[in-house]
Amino acid sequence: MTANTETDPRALEQKPEDFASQWRLIWIAFRRHRLAMTGAIIVLMFYLVGAFAEILAPFDPNESSSANIYHPPQMVRFIDHDADGGWSFSPHVIGMTMERDKFTLKTTYTENPEDKIYLDFFGKGEPYKLWGLIPMERHFLTTENSDERFFLLGADRLGRDMLSRTIYGTRVSMSIGLIGVGLSLLLGLILGGVSGYYGGKVDMFIQRIVELVISLPTIPIWLGLSAALPQDWSPLARYFAITIILSLVAWTELARVVRGRFLALRTEDFVTAARLDGCKRGRVIFRHMMPSMVSHIIASVTLAIPVMIIAETSLSFLGLGLTPPIISWGVLLKEAQNIRSIAQAPWLFAPGGAVCLAVLALNFLGDGLRDAADPYVQDSH
Amino acid sequence: MDGETMTSEWNTPVLELKNLTTEFVTKRGAFRAVDDVSLELHAGKTLCVVGESGSGKSVMSRSILQIVDPPGRVAGGQALLHRHRTARAGAGEETVDLLKLNPKSRAIRSLRGRDVAMIFQEPMSSLSPVHRIGDQVGEAIRLHEPVSKKDARERTFELLRKVEIPNPGKAIDQFPFEFSGGMRQRAMIAMALACNPTVLIADEPTTALDVTIQAEILDLIRSIQDDSDMAVLFITHDMGVVAEIADEIAVMRFGKVVETGDVYDIFERPQHYYTQRLLNSVRELDHPSERRLAMRKERPVGAPCLVSDNVRKVFGGSKSWFGTEVEGLVAVNDAELELRSGENLGIVGESGSGKTTLGRCLQRVHDVTAGRILYTDSSGLERDLAPLTENQLEQPWRDIRTVFQDPFSSLNPRMTIGQIIAEPLVVEGKLTGPQIRERVYELLELVGLPVSAYMRYPHAFSGGQRQRVSIARAIAPNPRIIIADEATSALDVSLRTQILDLLLDLQERLDLSFILISHDIAVIRYFCDRIAVMYRGRIVETGDTETVCNTPQHEYTQSLLSAVPVADPRARGQKQRVRYREAI
Amino acid sequence: MLLFYIGRRVLWAIPFMFAVSLIAFALISAPPGDYLTTFAATLAQSGDVVDEARLDALRERYGFDQPFIVQYLRWIGGVLQGDFGISFEWQQPVGQLIWERMALSVTLALATLMFTWAVALPIGIYSAVRKYSIGDYFFTTIGFIGLATPNFLFALVLMYVAVVHFGSDVSGLFSSEYQDAPWSLAKVGDLLSHIWIPVIILGTSATASLVRIMRANLLDELYRPYVTTARAKGLSEFRLIMKYPVRIAINPFISTIGWAFPQLISGAVITAFVLSLPTSGPLMLQALLAQDMYLAGAFILLLCCLSIVGMLVSDILLAVIDPRIRFR
Repeated sequence: MTANTETDPRALEQKPEDFASQWRLIWIAFRRHRLAMTGAIIVLMFYLVGAFAEILAPFDPNESSSANIYHPPQMVRFIDHDADGGWSFSPHVIGMTMERDKFTLKTTYTENPEDKIYLDFFGKGEPYKLWGLIPMERHFLTTENSDERFFLLGADRLGRDMLSRTIYGTRVSMSIGLIGVGLSLLLGLILGGVSGYYGGKVDMFIQRIVELVISLPTIPIWLGLSAALPQDWSPLARYFAITIILSLVAWTELARVVRGRFLALRTEDFVTAARLDGCKRGRVIFRHMMPSMVSHIIASVTLAIPVMIIAETSLSFLGLGLTPPIISWGVLLKEAQNIRSIAQAPWLFAPGGAVCLAVLALNFLGDGLRDAADPYVQDSH
Repeated sequence: MDGETMTSEWNTPVLELKNLTTEFVTKRGAFRAVDDVSLELHAGKTLCVVGESGSGKSVMSRSILQIVDPPGRVAGGQALLHRHRTARAGAGEETVDLLKLNPKSRAIRSLRGRDVAMIFQEPMSSLSPVHRIGDQVGEAIRLHEPVSKKDARERTFELLRKVEIPNPGKAIDQFPFEFSGGMRQRAMIAMALACNPTVLIADEPTTALDVTIQAEILDLIRSIQDDSDMAVLFITHDMGVVAEIADEIAVMRFGKVVETGDVYDIFERPQHYYTQRLLNSVRELDHPSERRLAMRKERPVGAPCLVSDNVRKVFGGSKSWFGTEVEGLVAVNDAELELRSGENLGIVGESGSGKTTLGRCLQRVHDVTAGRILYTDSSGLERDLAPLTENQLEQPWRDIRTVFQDPFSSLNPRMTIGQIIAEPLVVEGKLTGPQIRERVYELLELVGLPVSAYMRYPHAFSGGQRQRVSIARAIAPNPRIIIADEATSALDVSLRTQILDLLLDLQERLDLSFILISHDIAVIRYFCDRIAVMYRGRIVETGDTETVCNTPQHEYTQSLLSAVPVADPRARGQKQRVRYREAI
Repeated sequence: MLLFYIGRRVLWAIPFMFAVSLIAFALISAPPGDYLTTFAATLAQSGDVVDEARLDALRERYGFDQPFIVQYLRWIGGVLQGDFGISFEWQQPVGQLIWERMALSVTLALATLMFTWAVALPIGIYSAVRKYSIGDYFFTTIGFIGLATPNFLFALVLMYVAVVHFGSDVSGLFSSEYQDAPWSLAKVGDLLSHIWIPVIILGTSATASLVRIMRANLLDELYRPYVTTARAKGLSEFRLIMKYPVRIAINPFISTIGWAFPQLISGAVITAFVLSLPTSGPLMLQALLAQDMYLAGAFILLLCCLSIVGMLVSDILLAVIDPRIRFR
């Protein structure tokens, strides 16, 4: 830029990123990470499913029917062949009839090709209230004849539709991860920030607490805490109590990250420069230090959500977390606790698949974010 | 060595590089770090390769043994090692092309460390932190010679003694982190010498060291070379060091060798304009700036405006958990100093001398343990800054500003240049938005940056340009004093004078006083009217720069000055080295 | 120096243990009511007459009417003398119920730790040295899946596959004939032939995270100047990597005792429940659900202490292998 600086003739082409802000640089780095992008899309879909559970679920998740006990999954067929060889586009499933062995009481289902159940996109089904507020009756996918049922993911021991249940479970399980992490973040930010900013004895004390919490085996503590919850609490109260319990143990990692960043930043020259520019403490923290931390915090938060989801699932699976009538993936998997029921109805694992996929996607997303979080530290070629 | 063997050696190199090319393959294409380099190394001679950062000299030296880290790879050329011309001569002629060998092959491994050994810049990170010194040195012996563990240990002991490590019996079982920087570099040299190599490649071995230690290490390398007749390839960016030890010089720039020749030829008759420029900027720095001297005649220095009265700073130091008193580290010990208005004061000292801490105390970034800091503001009112709180320091901090050493960490990468420079003005809150913008444009112009820099982020700028931004931020609130802490140390020589001249320029226009903290005597000599020499937290000598530099009074100052290499090969060996040992 | 460090570290563990015992006791006395209320409710349900006087007597005996701190002091006093109180449900001293299960828990955790190390170390080194090779991608993928699968789900799937496709039952740690048999060599052999299934289930996620950590750490170290130094000495690539960067990157393995041990103990609770292993997990769960406070308390306390001991051991080992720590 100054007149007498010659340019290095070997230099590769100039980057067009001179005007790019931190978020743009992060986005550029993140976009290159294909796995992380895929993860981001899947995570987004999970949250959309959770948000619009009522629309996406074909049926009421709690509606049971003795005629459909352990009904196996059905395939959607899109092309309908009629008797004289012609065809038309009309999605349907083949109905099944149940037989019960008189002695063993075991149920078996056989396909009945005559019985076609036609499906309808955005057709009218059972009325519901979206988010408990907006009365609606259209579902994303439902039967043309509202008396008929179809089971893409099968049914459980009470004949409830697993697909609808899994979709509703998505709402609870994904949101508990989010809210739990929000609470941990609050704790982690406050304690980690105080620890990192003040240093000295305060830091020492908080660090000891963090060490203590880290050294506790989480599951026995979680179990102990949830066992201490009164049995007669309302489902909602229980939901929040479990969220708080999960975040009580999970804040340490976030506190560690926040403190580490604070300590590292505190000695940076540009922070000293900000102080000397006359910035008050608040401005130093929020204007100068925070922007360098936010991306790291977002990455850690993303990586903390799957831990929460697994924890909720495990607790509910043991019967100490959420309990029916709340539907979460863990509550659903509790149905699969018994080897006899999964031997008969392996589709009860479906919520488990959802757990794995969600956790995997969140991990990919978090890893990508973490790698992109500091676009200024790039290894010189 | 008599003349005859010398001439024969001149024609018979032990190591020849021919058209060496090394590339770094990146996504955006291949980057030629070393481009068609041809050099010769002779037994008993030192070839210095000089060049500024990024010139490819270090990669070149690593290419010889094929130890460039990926994605770098040797793309072509030859490195001929003429083993028959060395002390290891076998019966017949034996020439090996090191670049032809597979980098992982046994053949090249048996030559690494035995025929060709290397020492590196960072003595701390170049030694494994978890292995004992003796283990790391002894390993080099046992790799190439069939000796027992016990013999290897004995030889290691000898080596450590040879490189003048005190108490080698104890040092052999110590870890690198228990050593000082100089001692670690000695251990590195011992490791390189383990198998009496015929070629020693030294990659900036003294850059990370203080000048007094540097002088000792250079002495050591020279004396070993005298004993063993090995060829040395010495990589450095410091022309003073070159003048001190080179027999031959190769100047590198942008991956190419632009000029080679005998040390006297290069220093006295440089052909290439780049070599000329390099030497000019070095020589310029060795004298007081004409500009400054002229300025002082016009505008004489005024009364003291910032006085350090017995300032003392102790770090740490508290009662421990078991009730025992922990002694703190005395970083600044009763410093007496005064800065007069309109003058440039230099504080010089080696690492750990407390000069940076003193600078920060003067500005009250640090609290001081004892003493007074007397600041006289523009209205002539004298205040003691020492007891003030952060809120009360608001005005003094606008008057006394800082330029930091590291142009990379001192600018927030997440703010635009405009935001960075405007910050003190925004906080002050006296100007409106458009006024601030106008002022920032004005400041950019003042420090020689284009107005288009306003919207850009720091990562778009080079080190020198960032330092200009840092200066613009410093002068934004119309300060009276600027404390520049090693403001030019991270820059290449040719940029240093530019930045110092910029500061002088600003001094003339804006009526500033400077405190320049540096380990580099040349920079201080160029820029400062008076100098204070610090050693272990104490100011051992103050005075007029030229007087102190020409006739140093304190023994430490004498040893410091005698260790500074002079960029003139004719002056080599004329200076009497003084070693300072503090009486305890 | 080292001894001083160890001494200081051990001293530090004491207040930790104390804090943990307080937490454990707070946890088990937190539920509203006490075991006797549950007991009375059960009796009332089955139609028995509840003898208030007898309940009061019991309440006094266990000190339930005393303030929290007194109850705690009574309890911890007993614990320090080896008396963990009485299990209401089993009507036996807690001490008799827990030790064999604790021993099996520890065995399981240690076996899993060994497995984790044995698998993660070579894979981690391979993945770092051959970065972006097919093998690296393969292990990375497996690792991610291992991390994403909750232990209990993995256990369930494995059980399902074993039952449906192989017709064998993989639950338990012993064959039926050894279930209640006294300890003998044959019983140990039987244990060994069963333990590998829970070990794999428990170890997978820890292995996956350890591989990732090892890979990242080693990648950090591989291009450090001291590696170049060693290479310039003429060391062969294999010896070079094993002696220098691996030696330094191995620290996380030692730290695993610190963080993976609590995790293993945690994870074992659920896995043991699914596989119905005779370890501490299922019994603790049962005790928690039944508010059998002294039994649950003993388990929580012991598992927490085990974690702290794990931390301690890992810190000490770290100081032994890394001189920089003990000189600090």
